Amino acid sequence: MERNLRREIILDNYQNPFHKGLVEDKKGVYIRNNTNSTSCIDNVDIMYKIKDDVIEDVYFDGEACAISTSATSIMIRMLLGKSIAEARRYLENYEAMIEERPYDKDLLGELNAYEEIYLQPNRKKCALLPFESLKRVLEEEYEKRKD
Amino acid sequence: MHREDFPMLKQDIVYFDNGATSLKPQEMINAIVDYYSNHTANIHRGDYDAAIKTDKLYDEARTIVAEFIHAESPREVIFTSGMTDSMNRIVFGFMKYQLKKGDEVLISKAEHASNVLPWYVLQKELGIVVKEVPLDENHELTLEMLSSSITDKTKVISLAHITNVIGDVRDVVSIGSLAKEKNIYFVVDAAQSVGHVDVNTMAMEADFLVFSGHKMLGPTGVGVLYGRKTLLEQMQPMNYGGGMNEYFESDGSYQVREVPTRFEAGTPPIAEVIGLSAAVQYINKIGIENIHKHELDLKKYLVSELEKIDNIVLYNKSSESGILAFNIRGVFSQDTAIYLNHYHIYIRAGNHCSKMLKDDLNIKNTCRISMHLYNSKDDIDKLVEVLRQSEDIFKIIL
Repeated sequence: MERNLRREIILDNYQNPFHKGLVEDKKGVYIRNNTNSTSCIDNVDIMYKIKDDVIEDVYFDGEACAISTSATSIMIRMLLGKSIAEARRYLENYEAMIEERPYDKDLLGELNAYEEIYLQPNRKKCALLPFESLKRVLEEEYEKRKD
Repeated sequence: MHREDFPMLKQDIVYFDNGATSLKPQEMINAIVDYYSNHTANIHRGDYDAAIKTDKLYDEARTIVAEFIHAESPREVIFTSGMTDSMNRIVFGFMKYQLKKGDEVLISKAEHASNVLPWYVLQKELGIVVKEVPLDENHELTLEMLSSSITDKTKVISLAHITNVIGDVRDVVSIGSLAKEKNIYFVVDAAQSVGHVDVNTMAMEADFLVFSGHKMLGPTGVGVLYGRKTLLEQMQPMNYGGGMNEYFESDGSYQVREVPTRFEAGTPPIAEVIGLSAAVQYINKIGIENIHKHELDLKKYLVSELEKIDNIVLYNKSSESGILAFNIRGVFSQDTAIYLNHYHIYIRAGNHCSKMLKDDLNIKNTCRISMHLYNSKDDIDKLVEVLRQSEDIFKIIL
């Protein structure tokens, strides 16, 4: 992906993040997860509503850098309406891209904006921040449904 | 000043992260290289030349450090692995046996994690009560607020001499005298003050004082625990083994050595202690008052220059140390740090291990500039120039 386009995607999602701000959950239908990066700076809460096998709704909030905030925004937009299995495939490919392993570029769409993050090793953590929470929650949900 | 003494500064960098760790002067590096290259030996056991030289340097280091912090005797100086290690030894080797349920320990919201968490653990273990002294509108601790937080149950006051985010210099002499008057233990975290201002354990009537070597031009892996001799006699060692015992028998009896040797079990960080000693001697040569004055001049200049830029928020203009916390309005601190790194300006972003301060500052993260003797007005000019162009920040960092 060309650098200007990458920057535009990241900046747009940082300045106008998708589904930022937590929602009231009176009925308790959301799963809530906090993710704290080991650099001890970014701190993001993510709320998930998963019905049957489908990710129906996700919101996030918190204080984080441009990379972390934008990646969370893009990822949430991408995963809405997907099945858990599909979502896991996105996440696996995203992680592979960040960690410089072979991955399916076509699948990742706007997430390709982070294809060169590996050039700045200290920013990999930022790019993986939402991923870690999503992975943890989706793995748990996947295991639950397997039983 | 004395920039030529610091090999890191041969690179084209502006180093503003002295609160995290300082740069090292060549003299200090040489002392360590000399030990490893020319007189490697363990201490207190060899009868050959290298061992004799190493013994001498190690033992002298204790005297040099003791004089540097105005301790009554070198026996009041214990070498540890750093400030965190020192604090844990005080809390779990001394306070644990002195305090009981309901006793109060006074700290503040601006303390470093190492002066908070050990107390929290003791709170859980013993039922002591850890209380925070409120800060004033500049996020500083005043003697009045401290004084009014003291109750009959207050047994310990544990505070940083200079805090690591706000950089306010606590009036440790008055606090020490207040503590003495009320029969309260006074523990001083000098991690951010030693090497920047005169640290005088006698004047502040400290019962314990702790610091790390690496923030004061010395090596990593070594720190100091100062304790009043009568108190060290009552402190329990955290480590048992070689070097700290008089004897031990197969019936299980043993005798520990005198203070401070009983607290230095195993082979100590010999090279690091020798390096620390060299760092102290280097600071003495330049003069602590000269360093302090230089940092205050820089801080004034830094504040006056940054105030000219519209979108910069400063959090601690008034504190009298070389520490300044700021943000670019609307920019996450880590993004600012990455932007500055692009111009080889090294600052720190985050909560600076002082997580509780966020309640007081109402922001979670700041950028921190922390200066030392080798920083200059040129460094500040470079920073200011780059911050002036910060509307381009995302073009640079993304």
